[in-house]
Amino acid sequence: MNPLVLWFHKLGSPPYFYRFAGRLLPWFWGAALAGLAIGLYGGLVLAPADYQQSDAFRIIYVHVPSAWMSLFIYAFMAVNGFIALVWRIKLSETLAMAAAPIGAAFTFICLATGSIWGKPMWGTWWTWDARLTSELVLLFLYLGVLGLHQAIEDRRQAARAAAFLALIGIVNLPIVHFSVNWWNTLHQGDTVKLFGPSLIDSRMLWPLLVMAVATKFLFAASLLSRARVDLLELESGKDWARQIALAEERA
Amino acid sequence: MNPTRKRRLIVLSLVLGAVGVAATLTVLALQQNITYLYTPVEVIAGKVPADARFRLGGMVKAGSIQRASDSLKTGFTVTDGDADMAVEYTGILPDLFREKQSVIATGRMQGGRFVASEVLAKHDENYVPRDVAEAMSKAHKKHEVNAPNAASQ
Repeated sequence: MNPLVLWFHKLGSPPYFYRFAGRLLPWFWGAALAGLAIGLYGGLVLAPADYQQSDAFRIIYVHVPSAWMSLFIYAFMAVNGFIALVWRIKLSETLAMAAAPIGAAFTFICLATGSIWGKPMWGTWWTWDARLTSELVLLFLYLGVLGLHQAIEDRRQAARAAAFLALIGIVNLPIVHFSVNWWNTLHQGDTVKLFGPSLIDSRMLWPLLVMAVATKFLFAASLLSRARVDLLELESGKDWARQIALAEERA
Repeated sequence: MNPTRKRRLIVLSLVLGAVGVAATLTVLALQQNITYLYTPVEVIAGKVPADARFRLGGMVKAGSIQRASDSLKTGFTVTDGDADMAVEYTGILPDLFREKQSVIATGRMQGGRFVASEVLAKHDENYVPRDVAEAMSKAHKKHEVNAPNAASQ
């Protein structure tokens, strides 16, 4: 077997993943904290004020990375859900379910910061335009996945049922992303573009990109931490988990 | 791939495909209903039923804002470049409200005028530092070009 494929198969085994994630975690937490510190300092202090919103525009450094993460984490959860449903890989079930509360938190932050910005700029806390509504639906999808996962007794059955809901909900992702292009919305269109020039000054852009990378690391770090605990719980009857518990007790 | 997994893969892909088609059809069907706002040209073309409450969107025309001296009543013209519409509003306007700013007003038509009960300012996707905006507006003045989106504050 190809060494990379072999490594991938090994990674799917809970004890191997537990140790592997444990080695990565300090690096991920370090990168996340350093990135957040640099990005927030750059965004809140170094970046120049906007000509019409002045300092109020700085909420972009929290709002936009959270919005990106809300979509990114949902896609991650759905892909893992798909793998869990077809191949019944325990690790994928765990990862999908561990990602849900993190995604819900980012979605909530995105909605809350948007609302706080919207009141002075637009003149309203909330409006039922396509972007805001579809993002709210995304939050409800996350909460639905979490609720369904808690409602079923058998942990593996619960994970698979919730993964199915997560998978169906993926149709909402393109709606959230393209809502500002498909319909007339109060929410503005995309400022940062993957293709073509972004509509933001480079001195304002770099902290935003740093924040985007830092939130990825933050997600990875908290996902791995949660997944490790979930795996221990799921495999509590197995030898490897018992050994880790014993080692912890001795320490 | 073993047959059970293959069957699950096929079933799931079919379910996903069906949900995708359903969502696409819903989105297409809602294209009209989800329209958040109408522009003056659409209103004049009769796309809005009479007496309906709707949102009117467009730019505040330069030099059209008239504030009453004894009340919060404000009159201004909303334009989409092709057509103009007179708007009347009584209340506090958002911070971003000014000439050449995109606004969204909610209300209904009353004898050729749009009487708004709420006015929201739309922010565009451009983020410009103050020094750049000033430099741009200076350059525009020098060459006698109209500054885009009221770059001077």
